[in-house]
Amino acid sequence: MADHHAASALAHQFEDLEQQHEAASLGIWVFLATEVMFFGGLFAGYTIYRHLYLPGFVEGSHLLNVTLGAINTGVLICSSLTMALAVRAAQLGKRNALVTFLILTLALGLAFILTKLTFEWRHDYLEGLAPGLNFTFAGPHAKSVELFFCFYFLMTGVHAVHMVVGLGILMVLLVLAWKGHFGPARYNAVEAAGLYWHFVDIVWIFLFPLLYLIGGRY
Amino acid sequence: MLGHVVAQKTYFLIFGALLLLTALTTSVAFVDLGQWNTIVALTIACCKATLVVLFFMHLRWSTRLIRAVLLSALLWLAILIGLTTTDFVSRDWTPVPQTWESSMLQLPDRSGDFVPPSSAFPK
Repeated sequence: MADHHAASALAHQFEDLEQQHEAASLGIWVFLATEVMFFGGLFAGYTIYRHLYLPGFVEGSHLLNVTLGAINTGVLICSSLTMALAVRAAQLGKRNALVTFLILTLALGLAFILTKLTFEWRHDYLEGLAPGLNFTFAGPHAKSVELFFCFYFLMTGVHAVHMVVGLGILMVLLVLAWKGHFGPARYNAVEAAGLYWHFVDIVWIFLFPLLYLIGGRY
Repeated sequence: MLGHVVAQKTYFLIFGALLLLTALTTSVAFVDLGQWNTIVALTIACCKATLVVLFFMHLRWSTRLIRAVLLSALLWLAILIGLTTTDFVSRDWTPVPQTWESSMLQLPDRSGDFVPPSSAFPK
């Protein structure tokens, strides 16, 4: 039975499971390298405009809620831990633990998105800080503040889209895990999703100080 | 067994370190360090990212091929950000010939407010 399971886990183009596992990891890492470039463009643009219009960026940053930002960072780090534990459970063939950790990761990811949506973006919109939709902020640096909020919404928005994609992947994994699809010989999909999830976490690790903590809060 | 199975304790230790660093970066932001605030915040972010990559993403136990992919990503990111910033920083180091001036995009005064591109052209 175990042999049969291992044999069916191996796709015919690979020599052995080890090679298949290596190929899967390599593929997702190459994809993440392209993602680094994707976010890199935003970070480069942010760096230039922050340098050019620092006072407006500081003013805009101070309109964000640091506490919510920090809590959400913690939530995302928790979800990374549960994701890492989910991969470990899959490696060890512990179905119940895998299902539990996937559900926990899903719940934490959802908590992050909902906090962002209901407490931050909605609040910013109602406060008149949403460029193009409702921007009423006035002051000597109003235009720079608007530019800051363009970057804020674009960067956190693109990050949130990645989170939503991740949540979709986790749901598929959850169904498969429930059916007992994964085991020590077949967990590449869980590992790939894990790598993606951790990458999205890393993007937020940089977004948090760059957007919420500019110029200090003293 | 495929891949390296990391001890549960390691994951929890890294998790604790990440939470501590988040608390640290948040509290440091409330202390006036001038220019250093940004440097400290980015250094802490780099440390956190390194921990995630090495332990959660298993780079510590991965093959050299995968490490090469990550290094190439970082190299290209450095080129992207490095060359973009050096261009902006060095733009007014050399004089612009008179005949070109009118067609050059002028960088604004740092203390000025942002002028959106649409208002630069009449409607």
